[in-house]
Amino acid sequence: MSYVLEIKNLTKKFGDFTAVDSVSFNVEDGGFFSILGGSGCGKTTLLRMISGFEEETAGELLIRGESMKGIPPERRPVNIVFQNLALFPMMNVEKNVAFGLQRQRLPKSEVQSRVNEMLERVGLVGFEKKKVTELSGGQRQRVAIARSLVLKPEILLLDEPLGALDRKLREHMKVELKVLQKEIGTTFIYITHDQSEALVMSDTVAVMNEGRFEQIDTPKSLYKNPQTSFVAGFVGESNEFQLSSYEGGELTTKNGCKLSKLDLDFKPKKLFIRPEAFILNPSADLSGIERIDMQLKAILFDGSNTKISASIKQGHEEVLISLPQNAQFEDLREGDDILVGVHRDDLKCYKD
Amino acid sequence: MMKKPRGTFYLLITPVLLWLLALLVIPHLDMLYRSFRFETDDGLWVFSLNNYLAFFEDQIYWLTFVKTALYSIGVTILAFVVTFPVAFFLTKVVAKKYSSFMTLLLLIPIWIGELVTVYGWMILLRDNGVINSFLINIGLIETPIVMLFTSFSMTVGLLYISMLFMIVPMMSALDSMDDSLIEAASDLGASKWTIFRQIIIPYTTPGIVSGGIIVFMLVIGDYVAPNILGGKSSLWFTEQIYNKFLASFNWSEGAAFGFLLLLLSSSIVWVALKLSGQKLDKVGS
Repeated sequence: MSYVLEIKNLTKKFGDFTAVDSVSFNVEDGGFFSILGGSGCGKTTLLRMISGFEEETAGELLIRGESMKGIPPERRPVNIVFQNLALFPMMNVEKNVAFGLQRQRLPKSEVQSRVNEMLERVGLVGFEKKKVTELSGGQRQRVAIARSLVLKPEILLLDEPLGALDRKLREHMKVELKVLQKEIGTTFIYITHDQSEALVMSDTVAVMNEGRFEQIDTPKSLYKNPQTSFVAGFVGESNEFQLSSYEGGELTTKNGCKLSKLDLDFKPKKLFIRPEAFILNPSADLSGIERIDMQLKAILFDGSNTKISASIKQGHEEVLISLPQNAQFEDLREGDDILVGVHRDDLKCYKD
Repeated sequence: MMKKPRGTFYLLITPVLLWLLALLVIPHLDMLYRSFRFETDDGLWVFSLNNYLAFFEDQIYWLTFVKTALYSIGVTILAFVVTFPVAFFLTKVVAKKYSSFMTLLLLIPIWIGELVTVYGWMILLRDNGVINSFLINIGLIETPIVMLFTSFSMTVGLLYISMLFMIVPMMSALDSMDDSLIEAASDLGASKWTIFRQIIIPYTTPGIVSGGIIVFMLVIGDYVAPNILGGKSSLWFTEQIYNKFLASFNWSEGAAFGFLLLLLSSSIVWVALKLSGQKLDKVGS
């Protein structure tokens, strides 16, 4: 397996504050790798170390097996798409894209043909002479990506470039970016705080918290099997319960709701259950599930994302449950008593 | 709603209009009128272009003007060269909390007033002044270097009084520039020099041009620094105007010269705007 990027115990300190705390990971060639984390988790610092704008306090960073120690940004085989895009406002689209190629002192004809090819690829033919200030948000995005990709970098770094776009366009650009990445095969490292962006686009997602990686996994197993309580709470929606005791295979929440979970070898503190893990009116012959009596409090209609809010009778815990939009549950009303089942495997327990 | 408060609108705009009329329009019209008045040998006042023709007929006048103009352009360029690193340092390098204090320090010469700063430079530059005494004391030179009443002292004085007007618009232009533009250029492989020439300079051109216009106008119209620091040989065009008014009491010719200074310096600014591809409204904002 060839790695385009290898990072070993990379650390960055600003005075007493440790922004990135001994992070190690490898990025496979041609993949879409996302780093997901809340603001201030160190993801931008990590990105700036890869691009060369920040120098690491300790640790090693190799691109294609070569150490990047002391190599300035302009000589690293990586390019970055900035959060605010940082397009050059005094240049038109074509000149923005040609900027990097001209720095390599390539012949004019080659610069022109590579710029044209790139603009065609991102669908900006006909916009060559437009000022970047005249473009729409999505078009500006594409110029920024084209400007970096035209240099054929080993890695393209993207620093939350979709953040400023409106929701509709963001959804559209997500798909476009993923398709573009698959088409050209360049390794993308994508920084975001938006879990949906990370899950939709990535081959691999690293969840970052307080300068450390909590979990590096495929989007699917990140969602299905969160390794830490932070990941369980951060990725996707989840009902979170504080646990007060675990005795004889029985979990008790702070509010006194009891559930059995028989196979834990540690004392859990937190329990997470995804809204879609609940089964409404489970049939009597289903085994391995917990059956919980609840009362329906409210129906939160949101199309395919509709949920109900219910309270567990024993202990009065509030939970959110996904409500499939089919005829089966059409007659549910607020105040109804419901029986809800949940698979014991879907009770995710954590030590901290 | 927008149309109703007409009365208030006129009430508010009247002082501004009066101010413009009384202090700008009327004096200028009066000067313009005077500049075309000419006293014949018979003591009659007639309408004539003679005052303007005097400028072109006597070569000392237009040579003085050409010298003044070229010198002012030179000082403007020098002001840019000297202040750009300072502006860049204050906006992009120093932390914000220090930079505002440092900018305040830059304002001090303005508080003191031009005349006092010019006399200050005299104390520094004269033969037995601070700089010469220092150089002699450390044994670098034996006889004082003549610095005062030369083009050097005049340039220093003009630069000193006009520098701030270059630095402020440039700083606001640099301030509005996102640092990520510099980083992006560097990421795309640009050297420091390329970033300066292709990114920073084009971005700050409106600031540079507007600062340049102010400096140029201040310098070309300055009287104190050329006269005091430049000495008798300075030959600044404002001195010619001064002499017309107060030495030969020829107000008509003085008025004509004043208008020529206004017209010629404005056309130089216009040419500079054309050359730098800037528009006045953009630079002015």
